[in-house]
Amino acid sequence: MTEFALARDAAERAARESYGKLVAYLARRCGIEDAEDALADAFASALERWPRDGVPRAPEAWLLVAARHRFLDRVRDDGRAARLHERLAAAAREAQWAFERSPELGDDRLGLMFACAHPAIEASIRAPLMLQAVLGLDAARIASAFLIAPAAMGQRLVRAKHKIAATRIPLRVPEAEELPDRLDAVLAAIYAAYSGGWDDPGGNDSRTRGMAVEAIWLGRLLAQIAPNEPEVSGLLALMLYTNSRAAARRDRGGTFVALEDQHVELWNGAAIDEAEGLLKRAFEAKRPGRFQLEAAIQSAHSVRRFAREPDWAAIVALYDELMRLTASPVVALNRAVALGRRSGPARGLEALGAIASDPRLEGYQPYWAARADLLARAGQREAARVAYTHALGLTVDPSVRRYLALSMEGAT
Amino acid sequence: MMEFILLINSDEKTWTTMTEAESGRVHAAYMAYTQALHDAGVFVAGSQLAPSTTATTVRVATDGKTSVLDGPYAETKEQLGGYYLIDVPDLDAAISWAARCPGAAYGSIEVRPLVAVPAVA
Repeated sequence: MTEFALARDAAERAARESYGKLVAYLARRCGIEDAEDALADAFASALERWPRDGVPRAPEAWLLVAARHRFLDRVRDDGRAARLHERLAAAAREAQWAFERSPELGDDRLGLMFACAHPAIEASIRAPLMLQAVLGLDAARIASAFLIAPAAMGQRLVRAKHKIAATRIPLRVPEAEELPDRLDAVLAAIYAAYSGGWDDPGGNDSRTRGMAVEAIWLGRLLAQIAPNEPEVSGLLALMLYTNSRAAARRDRGGTFVALEDQHVELWNGAAIDEAEGLLKRAFEAKRPGRFQLEAAIQSAHSVRRFAREPDWAAIVALYDELMRLTASPVVALNRAVALGRRSGPARGLEALGAIASDPRLEGYQPYWAARADLLARAGQREAARVAYTHALGLTVDPSVRRYLALSMEGAT
Repeated sequence: MMEFILLINSDEKTWTTMTEAESGRVHAAYMAYTQALHDAGVFVAGSQLAPSTTATTVRVATDGKTSVLDGPYAETKEQLGGYYLIDVPDLDAAISWAARCPGAAYGSIEVRPLVAVPAVA
């Protein structure tokens, strides 16, 4: 990255960091809709000016001052703006007072995250909502990551924010008794932001889905505020492991590369090291969970960077544990693939047969790709060809299509 | 504080086919629940409704004609059977009261905030 690009990235990060803190802070005082409305213009000019002029010494104060100036212009001709301005001015005074005493306002963002992932908010909009409210991403950018039309995404975001305001969904961390369930919802939303709502930790489908960098950011933020929750560290580790392989997932010609064929020198070693540290500390709490187990599976794959073969027996055992927790057909599928490596393709196919009737797998590309691979390894050429054809028909990404076509050629 | 209405829906057959002992238990549970709402200072209003067979639905068409029909406005498996109006700080508080309502175990409770009318200056 060039020096300019680095400076621009740092400025953007600082702007989103301050924006998120301020939205969370103001949202508790005047509601999420007004908070976003009040800061929208100030945030836009920060994104434009900070990369050029540098990040101000007190970024939150800069944003507040900019927001107030902008409001003075609108107040005269808009009654709602006038009321909002009064509240904003009061909140700004209070914020200034708070900043003078403590430079960190981070905790309000956690409450905002819990509100975005509240059970009264429809599950599929929680991740987009969090990306917008906490990081200030615009609807169009979120929409493209979730493969949804921008106008539809915009409408759904507005509706969700209105529900938070109109039904008074509290912007705070829930009480201890509800915390485990509510935290699960926050973690699920961050993971959905990572994957675009697409459960595919193996990266079998390399379509550009999700917002890996932004989701990891949310994961880090959560880990900073809630460092003692093992599943929080587990999720962050899982995202770091899979994202560490981003550069290795396509070859120079742009063709998809399966995990076991990836060039390990293209993996991001620093990210894997960080993930290993997080996972080790998470397991020390002795409260295993879905994300810790999934991260542990990715950790087991990562030993290839030391020229070691993954321990397939351990991977199958981790999938067994995961099955007990989730009973997800995707987990069952990945378990069958691991079993195929441990005990031969016949055992893998047997395990796959046990879940073949699940209607959720009928249109799931990774299922057909895995089935085709196992059949090819078992020497069942004709059946492999049929499965590859199915997988190809379900694949949109041309780089994966090329990969599947080449595999089919080699196998049949 | 904000007012929320808890709309209690259930299959009316549940009540007509209940043994006397069981309906006595439900009645006692409702008494205790109503008392708890009072004790917490959140009760505004609440009542059981007569069965939906007693309902009459009234509409006025664009031409000004009034139509009066026998029956509830929608024939669904679950019918509105009662309500509570409570005054609580936020949705989480409303949800936790809804979950404790005896009706939640026999059907469903719809939780809706009331629109606050701005005070006249």
